[in-house]
Parts: sequence; structure tokens; C-alpha cells
Amino acid sequence: MNIPNDLLYAKSHEWLRLEKDSGTVGITDHAQSELSDVVYVELPKIGRKVAAGEAIATVESVKAASDIYAPVSGEIVAANSVLSSDPGLVNREPYGQGWLFRLKPDQPKPSGLLSPAEYSATLPH
Amino acid sequence: MADSPLAPCHRALGARMIPFAGWNLPVEYSGLLAEHKATRQAAGLFDISHMGQIRARGQGALSALESLLANDPGKLRDGEGQYTFLLNHQGGVIDDLFLYRLGADDFLLVVNASRHAEDLQLLSASGCRDVTFSGTPGSTAGMALQGPQSSRILTRLLPPSAALPGRNQITRHHLAGHDVWVAATGYTGEDGFEIFTGLSAGPAIWNAILEAGKNDGLLPCGLGSRDSLRLEAGFPLNGQDLSPEITPIEAGLGFFVDLNRPRAFPGRSVLEQQKKTGTARTCVGLKGQPGQPPPRHDYPVFQGDKKIGVITSGVPSPTLGHGIALALITTPAPACGQDLEFEVRGRRVPVKVSPRRFIPKK
Repeated sequence: MNIPNDLLYAKSHEWLRLEKDSGTVGITDHAQSELSDVVYVELPKIGRKVAAGEAIATVESVKAASDIYAPVSGEIVAANSVLSSDPGLVNREPYGQGWLFRLKPDQPKPSGLLSPAEYSATLPH
Repeated sequence: MADSPLAPCHRALGARMIPFAGWNLPVEYSGLLAEHKATRQAAGLFDISHMGQIRARGQGALSALESLLANDPGKLRDGEGQYTFLLNHQGGVIDDLFLYRLGADDFLLVVNASRHAEDLQLLSASGCRDVTFSGTPGSTAGMALQGPQSSRILTRLLPPSAALPGRNQITRHHLAGHDVWVAATGYTGEDGFEIFTGLSAGPAIWNAILEAGKNDGLLPCGLGSRDSLRLEAGFPLNGQDLSPEITPIEAGLGFFVDLNRPRAFPGRSVLEQQKKTGTARTCVGLKGQPGQPPPRHDYPVFQGDKKIGVITSGVPSPTLGHGIALALITTPAPACGQDLEFEVRGRRVPVKVSPRRFIPKK
């Protein structure tokens, strides 16, 4: 299972890539593999204020709809609109073109997230 | 939680297992979409060992089944099967099942895993004479080979003289060194076979079929694709589209209820009344659009501002590329092609009323 070293992780299987003044969020390789073929993605509106742990997006596979949670509190500044025409990017490139949304975190230092090693330890082996 | 007798095969194939009706069963191997497509275009092999196999034997077997089931077992000749129901006295569905006549005094009932113990208890306690019901959960193995290549694959494993059963028929065969029943039935809307056998024979037969079909595009398939395939074909799932509160007439399955015979059976008077005066609810198909959120079980259905029912099963159709659903709605039901909406996450999504079979009949 691919768990890149330069990301932070939520127990609920989102990743956060911190950039200059925003963070990109997606779901992990493990999550996309568990969900299997993603066929529909619903993303939060730009400008929405979200709280850490709040369900703000939905990823649907053939089997089921799954909530996606904000890994940190902040304001949504971008959503990956390509996913509406190609939701399968979430499966094919979970850490790349399959990102879900960007947010501007309220706190410069996010808390409550896991390191790659800590996240890896939460997964079944 | 019981392991399927085929569990070692599933583990060797790297299947993802989930709990289902008291069983550990494979939900997918290579991926739901790939498995769905393989079954539509080539063939898929499904573990159905969780399906209950109840045997009714004895001189009183036919008479007992005539008084217990909603379709007419008297129509069956040796080697023929029919879809039928075990109903409660309100006409609600306890179980939907396939009944095969193996011989004059010998019937096989293939029932849902979730109702198996209850069915067996109910049949055994019916007080019918000269009949024995047997087949407790976990005592048999079964698998379904489904899809256009099924006959070709199965034929390879049988002697040249063997004749495969015709649709809804069941025949006895010797397969991979074991005696099995092969029925031309299934739950995918494709041509195919269901194979019923004993516990210990299961793995050898499973492996032999996979080997025989490896160059024909045959894939092992899990519960995930089994559900999307059955819904595209408009087949109901007990516990969702059928329940003790839903009659076969409401579910649009009146064709499989025989009221033109003298015998009484549980729920008969309710069904007669419903056939005469109609029902307050009816099951319709719903068709969504590409790019819209898929319909799911339990989402409410609206006509304008009025809530008129609920989705009983819904899925994004892998074959069609849009959502499909079965919904139980109040009558009079809008005609096919009419616009309705369902609600998901506070938002209304447009759907059209559609025939319940979403893919062409084979």
C-alpha cells in the first residue's frame, strides 16, 4: 500500500499535503482500494468554512456512498472539478490528479493528524 | 460467522471477504466493475454456498409444497424448476426461492441465506404428512457460472454425451469427480448455471470451472457484482425489495403466484383481494442520468413536493453508466417515462420511471 512520506494522514483515511498557504486533501491508496471503483464524487463549495472531522464530501463507488471528512479546520479554496467527468482518477491517482479539494487551514500547524508511520500502523497487515 | 466451504479458494485468489447473512463471503476479487463486465461479456463464477439448499422428500412432498408455496408446484415435471414464494398470512414475503422437482417425491428448494433457518423451521413445523424437510445451514456448497460463455465452459468438463439443462431445468451430472445438480438458473440476467453439491466437493469443482474457463474471459466474481448484475436485470433482493410487509403483487411479481388452483396457501386471500382491487403501493423501476449521484436503498422518492415512496435497491449501473433503482411507491404509479426525484444529502436528483428490467432480456 502506497503511503507517501511527505503527507499527513487522518485516521479516516484522508491525506493532507501542506503547501505555502493552503493544503490539498485526497483519500489514501488504502481508502481507494477499499472503496473500489469510484463512480461519483460530491465536493464542497468554494468558500465554505469547515471544521476538522466534519463530513464535507462524498465518494461513491458502485457498492456504497462514503463520507470524506475535513482533516483540519479551514476554508475551502478549490475543488477538483475534473472528478465530475472522471471520478476514476480517485482510484488511479489517489495522491495526484485524484485529489479532492484544497483548503486554507485556520491554524498554521495542524494538529491531530498522523505521520506516515503512524497511519501505516492503523492499517490491517 | 461461518466460512464458505470455498473459503480456501477465495483466499488463494486474494478475494476481499465481508460478512453477509452470517457468512464470510467474497465481495470482490479483481474489482466489481471488471467482474460485472466479465459476466455480461464472457462469464463469471460466483460462490453461492450461503444459499440454503432444503430438500423435501416423501410421498407427501408435492402436496405439502402445494399448501405452503405461492406458485403451483403441480406444474413442474421431473427436472423442472420455478420461482416461488413462502408467504405469511398477510401475503408478505418470508422468502423468495427457487423450487426444483428432482423426482416425483423429491424436491430441492434454494432459499436465501438470511431466511434459511427460519424457512426450514417453518416448513418442518407445517404439520404436513409424509414429507421430510432436511438441509441445515452450512451443509452444502453451491456456485453459479453466469454469462454468455457459460455453456461452452461447462461443456468442457462434461462427457460428450451429457446434455445441459434447458432454461429453469435441472439435471444430474458428474463434474470434476463429483455428483452435482446443474440448474439453468441464475441471478444476473445472463444465461448460465447454478451448481449444487456437497461440502467437500465444492473446492474441486470451483477450481475445475475456473481452469476450464481461463481462456474464455471467466473471472471469479463477488457479492458486489452479484448485486449490480441482479439489479440491472430487475431481480429483487429479499430484505430490501421484498419483506414480510411486502406482497409479491405489490412487488410486481404476481406472475409467480398461482391463484388459478384450488389449494389454499398462506396469504392467498390477501393476494386474491389485491389482484381484484389493486394495491396501495407498487414497485417501479427508476432510471437516473450520467453524472448524477446514484440512487441507493432507503432514499425517499418525490413527485413534485409530495413524497410518494422509497427506493428499495439502487446502484450506479456499470452497463448503462447511470443510476438505476427499484422503488416502492404509492398507487396510482406514474407511467414509464414520467419524471420523479429522489433525495440524497438534502438535494433532489431527477429520475424517470422505467421498466424494472434495465437491460434487454436474453
